[in-house]
Amino acid sequence: MALIEFTKRGIYCKQGDFYVDPWWPVDYAVTTHGHSDHVRFGNKYYLCHTLTKPIIKRRISEDLNVETLNYGESIVRNGVNISFYPAGHIIGSAQVRLEYKGEVCVISGDYKTEDDGISDVFEPVKCHSFVSESTFGLPVYKWQKQEVVFNGIKSWVNDNIQQQKTSVLIAYSLGKAQRLIKNLAGDVPIYVHNSIANLNEVIIDAGVNLPETIRITPETTKDELQKGIVIVPPAMRDSRWIKNLSHPVTGICSGWMQVRAHRRWQSADAGFALSDHADWTGLMDAITATGAEKVYVTHGFTAAFSRFLNDEGIESEEVMTKFGQEDDEENKVDLADAENHHIETENKKSE
Amino acid sequence: MKRFAKLIQQLELSNKTNDKIAALVDYFNHADDQDKIWVIALFTGKKPKRPIKSTLLKYWAIDITQTPEWLFSESYSNVGDLSETIALLLPPAENTSDFQLHKWIEDLHDLEGKDDETKKYFILNAWNQLETQERFIFNKLISGNFRIGVSNKMLVNALAKQSSLDSAQIMHSIMGKWNPYEITFHELINGTHVNTDNSWPYPFCLAYALEQEPEKLGDLSEWQAEWKWDGIRGQIVKRNGELFIWSRGEELVTDQFPELHFLIDVLPDGVVLDGEILAVQDKQVLSFSTLQQRLNRKTINKKQLDDAPIGFFVYDILEYETNDYREYPLSERRAILEQLFENLDESAVILSPLINCKNWEELAALRQTSRSINSEGIMLKKLSSHYHSGRKRGDWWKWKINPYTVDAVMIYAQKGSGRRANFFTDYTFAVRDGENLVTIAKAYSGLTDKEIKEVNSFVTRNAIEKFGPVRTVKPELVFEIAFEGIAESKRHKAGLALRFPRILRWRKDKKAAEINTLEDLRQLLESTFING
Repeated sequence: MALIEFTKRGIYCKQGDFYVDPWWPVDYAVTTHGHSDHVRFGNKYYLCHTLTKPIIKRRISEDLNVETLNYGESIVRNGVNISFYPAGHIIGSAQVRLEYKGEVCVISGDYKTEDDGISDVFEPVKCHSFVSESTFGLPVYKWQKQEVVFNGIKSWVNDNIQQQKTSVLIAYSLGKAQRLIKNLAGDVPIYVHNSIANLNEVIIDAGVNLPETIRITPETTKDELQKGIVIVPPAMRDSRWIKNLSHPVTGICSGWMQVRAHRRWQSADAGFALSDHADWTGLMDAITATGAEKVYVTHGFTAAFSRFLNDEGIESEEVMTKFGQEDDEENKVDLADAENHHIETENKKSE
Repeated sequence: MKRFAKLIQQLELSNKTNDKIAALVDYFNHADDQDKIWVIALFTGKKPKRPIKSTLLKYWAIDITQTPEWLFSESYSNVGDLSETIALLLPPAENTSDFQLHKWIEDLHDLEGKDDETKKYFILNAWNQLETQERFIFNKLISGNFRIGVSNKMLVNALAKQSSLDSAQIMHSIMGKWNPYEITFHELINGTHVNTDNSWPYPFCLAYALEQEPEKLGDLSEWQAEWKWDGIRGQIVKRNGELFIWSRGEELVTDQFPELHFLIDVLPDGVVLDGEILAVQDKQVLSFSTLQQRLNRKTINKKQLDDAPIGFFVYDILEYETNDYREYPLSERRAILEQLFENLDESAVILSPLINCKNWEELAALRQTSRSINSEGIMLKKLSSHYHSGRKRGDWWKWKINPYTVDAVMIYAQKGSGRRANFFTDYTFAVRDGENLVTIAKAYSGLTDKEIKEVNSFVTRNAIEKFGPVRTVKPELVFEIAFEGIAESKRHKAGLALRFPRILRWRKDKKAAEINTLEDLRQLLESTFING
């Protein structure tokens, strides 16, 4: 009997009577990471990685009942052994390994295989069945080394500073923002929007070593910002606050920026193909390394990716989930966020 | 090539005209002269001859990357561009190259007539020394168009800024006939080639749509009113015993319209006429759908000649007795035209009639009858106006009648291409036919980016069926579709086809039950049919 089934509430392990990243309230939710399409309000108990706990408490509610595991640790629930392994997606992101009577299934959540310098590096786990995302599951999505991309961003920033322009990077508050901070920290000061600064505090409190940044307050001057790097969440795009900066130029960091059509669709001044999801090569390497006999393909180019795996002799099935529909910016091309968030931040920031 | 790759990137990233012009000026300041020639050629649609079919490029890319063909197609539909898909699929290049743009073009040119193996060897070798963006451009040189939002006007403005030459003169010279392999950059922008060329047309003078009350234009007596004809704008050039017909797309279409060839014996040398190519019978203008049968054909048979006879309605004269008359006032140009056509009684070439009205009200009333003569409204031109290059506000106005409209429901959606490759932007609409819905039009413009996102999310949530890239959606969203004409059509299930359909607005206030019926459209068809 299979270890997991795909139900209306989410990925369900019948033997252990728990769900992984459910989208409707359940008793026991094993949580891969803190993005809101993977962890929702209303579950009785949550099990997540130690670093994810303060994040979801901050983002959802302080009252959540949360149990935690570190990478490599395990607990047993109704005879099913549950353990966590790094997924490399964002801080605290975990692949969930389930074992029951010698049968092993790994649910990887969102993952990437490249070392981003801030999340624990993805670790392939041998299993019989593997649940994989496919956000960038087409062979045109192959990333350059992040060092190359970051050099591109740095030289863009330096050019901007010289030309009296303000560099504004649009990055999701949880994940991409910290990755940028970690890799761009240097001589140029980094200014971050409130929502990012708040999460940074939580992450630093949890013991993560994050370079210093400056929280943007109404007192921060345009001149200071012009000489720095400004990082704001997607909700701030096209906001009056950005327009009021001194010659603002915006840059978007997302895997979608690989393709001209997406770059042009975004009304940004620069696009950098930098993703927290595995590229085509990463997906194939990860899947091959698991040695899985069966691969369930979730959110992304599910049909194409799963067909390719089948043609390659890896049994695969396309699965409909509600992942990739919420606010991990890369799970959708459109980065526009909730309007109310937009207004809220704008009111706070503009005079 | 690297410099050109950078230019393309800059042009693509900005949608501000000034940024684009700045990028072009910077390029023209620094690039190699021979490269510049090619950039002008490429941006004005003078493509080098294609030595290799794009399908071959595709198969070679499939071959070296070992990508299944269906996966290539999936990738292509996500990326929206063949050259770019190939560029992204290929493994990273092992070498680099400082080869210049014109060198690549020359080498590609030399492949003409070589066998496929030689070509393949050359291409694979090139791919292996170009970065992704360069590869994309290289592939475009072979297989595509550079559609990057640089209009001729923008290019000319950049060249004028960079060279301090007059922009009209540059427009003139780059629109003429020239061979990028032979001309130098200096010769090109100084226009040394245009005088020796009999064919060159002038840049068309274009009109803006009139959005204000016509009364605000002042006294009607200062204006020339004509019907606005719905055909193909064209220029007829007669010089040194040769006749040329240009379409507004700057295409030579002389061979397509033999009915007009008699002009070679009728017109004096050194004459350029501006007018409209139309389907005409007994001096009456026929519908655009009739004209359509004659467009973009390589050969024309007798039936087509009989069914859709062509005529040319003359609007203006730009050159007379080899002199440029564009700076003369319209009233004088018209007088010359009338004199020229005094003795010409031909059903195929007709002086566009003037509309004489006492006042604006009378003209407005007459405008309402436009459709009865297959006109789409009225043109207003100031009698004192020069013949401008391109669009200039103030002297020429098109005062079009309102389009027909129909309320229809969206039933299919398809992803767009290019900039919109990842959004459902191409919609098919249906009207009610008894209990059924029958498709009447496909349209893809007229919505704002924000609305497109909204519709996109509706489509994602309400897709019923998937046929490749097409989604069948719940018939729920109602749109007002504007169109210019209606014609019978055997190819369409509805038995009729709309001309130039586009989305006028999203009728969020209407339910699918309230849309128009096929019967409504049939009635419209019958009422217009009389005027054939």
